[in-house]
Amino acid sequence: MNKNIVLYGAILIFGIAAPFIFPAFKVQLSILCILIILAITWNVQGGEMGYNTFGNILFYGLGMYLCASVQVGMFFPLGEWTEGGGEKTFVHTPAQFFQGFAVGLAVAAVVPAIVAGLIGYSILGLRGHYFAICTLGLGVAAGEISGGIEIIGAGQGFTTPPFPNVDRLEARGEFFYFCSFIVLVFTFLAVKAIYSTRFKLVLNAIRDNEDKAEAMGIQTMKYKIIGWMISAFFCGLAGGIMGGLVGYIDSTDVAFDGREMGVFMVLMAILGGKGTLWGPVIGATLFHIFKEGFWTFFLGWQYVALGVLIVVIVIYFPEGIMGWLREKYPERFGEVVDEADRKAQVTLK
Amino acid sequence: MDFLIFQVPMLTLQAVLDGLLLGILFALIAYGMALQWGVMNIINIAQGDLVILGGYIAYFMYLYGIHPAWGVIVSPIIMYFVGVVIYKLVINKVVDRDLFISILATFGISILFMQLMNFAFGADVVLANSGYGTTMLFDNSVTLPNSKIFSAFISIVFAIGLVIYMKKSKLGRAIRATAQNARAAKILGVDTEKVYAATFGINAALCGVAGALISITFTIHPYMGLPYTIRSFMIVIVAGLGNLPGVAMSGMGLGVFEEFADYILGTEFRIGSVFLLLVLILVYRRFKLSRKREYLK
Repeated sequence: MNKNIVLYGAILIFGIAAPFIFPAFKVQLSILCILIILAITWNVQGGEMGYNTFGNILFYGLGMYLCASVQVGMFFPLGEWTEGGGEKTFVHTPAQFFQGFAVGLAVAAVVPAIVAGLIGYSILGLRGHYFAICTLGLGVAAGEISGGIEIIGAGQGFTTPPFPNVDRLEARGEFFYFCSFIVLVFTFLAVKAIYSTRFKLVLNAIRDNEDKAEAMGIQTMKYKIIGWMISAFFCGLAGGIMGGLVGYIDSTDVAFDGREMGVFMVLMAILGGKGTLWGPVIGATLFHIFKEGFWTFFLGWQYVALGVLIVVIVIYFPEGIMGWLREKYPERFGEVVDEADRKAQVTLK
Repeated sequence: MDFLIFQVPMLTLQAVLDGLLLGILFALIAYGMALQWGVMNIINIAQGDLVILGGYIAYFMYLYGIHPAWGVIVSPIIMYFVGVVIYKLVINKVVDRDLFISILATFGISILFMQLMNFAFGADVVLANSGYGTTMLFDNSVTLPNSKIFSAFISIVFAIGLVIYMKKSKLGRAIRATAQNARAAKILGVDTEKVYAATFGINAALCGVAGALISITFTIHPYMGLPYTIRSFMIVIVAGLGNLPGVAMSGMGLGVFEEFADYILGTEFRIGSVFLLLVLILVYRRFKLSRKREYLK
């Protein structure tokens, strides 16, 4: 217990100090926080519940559009803003900007969760690969359809409100970094709290054998929907912050970007280890470092590398880093290992 | 309903004919999907990218002065070997695993192919001009490009040829035996590894034919693969595995649906409506099955 407090304290202090130690990497650090949130939320759905989804990008994009729309729509006509040049004629005062952003984030978190609850009953009745393909379709359909809606900018995109002019030049980066870091801490603690309850055991039961879980008297559908809503809630939050950070929302390239973000979140969770608390965090961090290095030094080849990376991870490391560690040091994970039994198993193989 | 398409009967006829001819092409791709799904239990997200790659082969023949219709012969031969290579490198490691692993691995292949094609062929929308002209029907009110009729005809020829091949040849019988029970087939002396490689190769070859035809009749672009995958997946789940007339029928139905969606909702919602239809079909089947307390699996 004592060791844990030291570890968490060290991470917290590092998180708070990071933008001042590496002032040039503030945007990268914010994106890292967003990626970790997405990996954790995907893991609730895909790792613990066993419902592998490509569709959490739906909630991410929804949160992004909602946050920006609310932030603009609270003070100015949304249609005129998105029609082009609105961000030049209407200017948010600092108070309006922060007020709008706060309300926008709240909406961006709550509405995707409600949407997940509404479509959950229909979609979560599908299992295995049907669920995966159905959610893939859902994500792409959302991108294509939002690209045709005029009021949120259609094909030409949506410029989010620019950060208000305050005296300090560094303020924008710091604001978005601390937003994403606070949401990350909140997400991590919330998920950690959830994982220590019976709820997580129910999710694991659904993953291991849904029919048996149902036969044991668990209302699996209820738990599946709640699990998806939790996932959607944090995905929407992450999307809302990301929209403000990027400053520009495009339907298929930024918001409902199934080819990048939608795959990233699956990949990060698998790389770190599905079904563990720390796996997605480690996976997302490593993935982000790899990605940024590659994007910087081999620009143009990034998708080739991404494709190869997906194939290699999926084929050779389906258990991820935490799974590998667990295999190697089972004692550290609280598993009691009988040495003789272990050796016997090895020879039997 | 004051849509133009319902007021002018000729426009409706045009949409139906276009849809049917397009749907036959979809059915050909879906046939390959059903084949590998049934035999190897693999869902190949890279299906559409194989189609596009096949299309680029025909397009390059066109660039070098050969008539693109010959791509129908050349493209499947090249694509067969591409398919076998993909099988040897990646697919044989995911055959016996969880289906999600195969989905994710082929997703990786799909991204890889997309970008490699983007490098090799550029990000322009291209088409290979066959110069076949058009047929006018009903006093010039319905236009049918001859290339579409040609492509539908070739698709039917290939589909029938493959059905006969699967029934009569030794490899066809081995493939069907493996699909029924891979273990029993192995015991009886079928080299299942070879059968799997050949199945994936045949699937890629079918994609090659379809791609060559698409490059003649429509346009191709490196990033246009995923909609073809989703369409073929949809056709297969509506028709069921191993139901060939069903695949043809639902393929044509999808083609007609798309043409109508194009007229009624507008072209910008065309792809979106395809993906939404997939979701609706899956949800419909889920509710239908849940009445019997079953689920899709």
